[in-house]
Amino acid sequence: MRPLTLSRILLRCAILFAILFVTVVIALKLGAVQVSLYGLGRDLIHVLLRQSSALSTDYGMIVVDIRLPRILLAIIVGASLSVAGTSFQALLRNPLADPYVLGISSGAAVGSILALILENQLSISPAFSGLLTPLGAFLGAAITIAAVYVLGRRQGQLDSFTLLLGGIITASFLSAIIMLLMSTLSSGNLRGASYWMMGSLSTLPPSSLLYLIGIGFLVAAGIIYTTASDLNLLLSGEQEAMHLGVDVPRVRIVVYLGASLLTGLAVSVSGAIGYVGLLVPHAMRLIFGSDHRMLLPAAALGGAIALVIADTIARTIAAPSELSVGAVTAIFGAPFFIYLLRSRLP
Amino acid sequence: MSSPARTPQPSGDAHRAPSDVRLSVEQASYAYSPNPSQAPSFTLEALSFQAKPGEIVAILGPNASGKSTLLQLISGALQPLSGRIFLNGFETHSLPPKTRAQRIAFVQQESKLLFPSRVWEFVMHGRHAHGRGVRFETGSDVLIVKNALAQVGAEHLSDRWMNKISGGEKQRVILARALAQQPLLLLLDEPTLHLDIGAQVDLLETLRRLAAANRYTVVVVTHELSLAGEYADQIVLMQKGKCLRVGPPASVYQRDLLEQVFQAPLSVEMTSSGRPRVTLLSKD
Repeated sequence: MRPLTLSRILLRCAILFAILFVTVVIALKLGAVQVSLYGLGRDLIHVLLRQSSALSTDYGMIVVDIRLPRILLAIIVGASLSVAGTSFQALLRNPLADPYVLGISSGAAVGSILALILENQLSISPAFSGLLTPLGAFLGAAITIAAVYVLGRRQGQLDSFTLLLGGIITASFLSAIIMLLMSTLSSGNLRGASYWMMGSLSTLPPSSLLYLIGIGFLVAAGIIYTTASDLNLLLSGEQEAMHLGVDVPRVRIVVYLGASLLTGLAVSVSGAIGYVGLLVPHAMRLIFGSDHRMLLPAAALGGAIALVIADTIARTIAAPSELSVGAVTAIFGAPFFIYLLRSRLP
Repeated sequence: MSSPARTPQPSGDAHRAPSDVRLSVEQASYAYSPNPSQAPSFTLEALSFQAKPGEIVAILGPNASGKSTLLQLISGALQPLSGRIFLNGFETHSLPPKTRAQRIAFVQQESKLLFPSRVWEFVMHGRHAHGRGVRFETGSDVLIVKNALAQVGAEHLSDRWMNKISGGEKQRVILARALAQQPLLLLLDEPTLHLDIGAQVDLLETLRRLAAANRYTVVVVTHELSLAGEYADQIVLMQKGKCLRVGPPASVYQRDLLEQVFQAPLSVEMTSSGRPRVTLLSKD
């Protein structure tokens, strides 16, 4: 018997953070312009210490201005999707739950597109226009998950297969809506249908939005973390959790809102990138166990690492042209989904 | 070979001091309807009984007699339609979730985990109600969990995985989790359902020992007429949402009554210990 302690969580997170750092350095190195690893590591530490003026290599500024923001975006999006997936799995008591598979990402994408259209129509002041897309995405995600939840119930019980089918059908319906919106509205800045449906990190949001998404991630993930102990009990069912002292309705609403927010934020800046929220939580569970006090931060860091790697592959595998990052995650994620479907569901 | 049931002996508990009572069910009733506009599809008629610390109460009855509903009412998970249920003077339904879990432990028929966990982690869940927010287990939590596992004879299972132990072992571990809650009231919903006869007897022996040692009040829903007669201090006999009889086994176990309730020919004998023994007879 070795109960989890805070210091053990911090130590493991430190190791994952070190892996993330190394991944970022390698991701920065790989690309069209070659730079030395040593120079990169040193530059990155300068940036972390806010000494950008001390950047040494000639390419340093290019790397830091072009590749680093994209990697930061990958970190935030990967962490958000992964924490959202972990939360949905516990909330819906379904090991196959994932924002993408359940159509929640597609809902967020529709919300984003509608917000972009609204933004063009209303010509809102620039100070607020940046907020509109993440807000629309959050609402889209929240409405979709509520709809999928209702679809997934049979005789008052949440049924694993009905929920999955409901989610998959919802996702395909919403993808059709995205196509419809894209072909009927040829408005300038809606990006493309493939951006929303497969996801991409190639369009960088303005840095103010990147900050907003980062803060939003910390807030939403922090709120979800306050329920970490409750989520452990929810794994044995809502009835049992209630009898063990969990305020089930409160936990449900907190996790529901937090996970919708994370999905919405991620999708509003990167489209619907699939399977990160499925693959990473399961990998982290294999390594660290299913205690959410450890699992949630591990999923955040693991999601960041996974998406940085996936995006680096997407950037470099078919260089100079670029693969959609969602295609990379789907290539790894879809077979894993099949494996889980055959091994984990009763 | 059937022998007539003896006349019930007057219960010595008729004039209980109120301070001695831990659980008090007072004219509690319930109605369930899937659609609020329709007449209820199931009703539990008002019933009352009381239980003291260290007592085992068995709720008996055929399927759909309202046993589990009564247990849910006692646990506070359901709110009585009328009447009230008190635990040490507090209404169980109006206790906040954590306070309720500190006082009432509920052992369900089975526990399905979404992801596997170790036995000790599972039992540690019983300590959840005794902490706040995101908590980390203390040394005393570890001691309580070890003690709970020892009380059900499962300390050797501590580091095993929940999905790799047998049904009987699992039932004992679920009971250990309930003990880790350090409750006043222990509720069990058909705990012997998936157990073989040896494991059933083991479980009830454990319950009797625990009720005596820890002064738990135990309420158990069961189909096992003979085991309930052997181990319970009080029987609540139910049929179709009605409580037919409350009292010690010797007074409730009357052949005609049991035959009518369970629709099966049976015989009731008194053993030398003063407890009734029920034997099912073939229908011919």
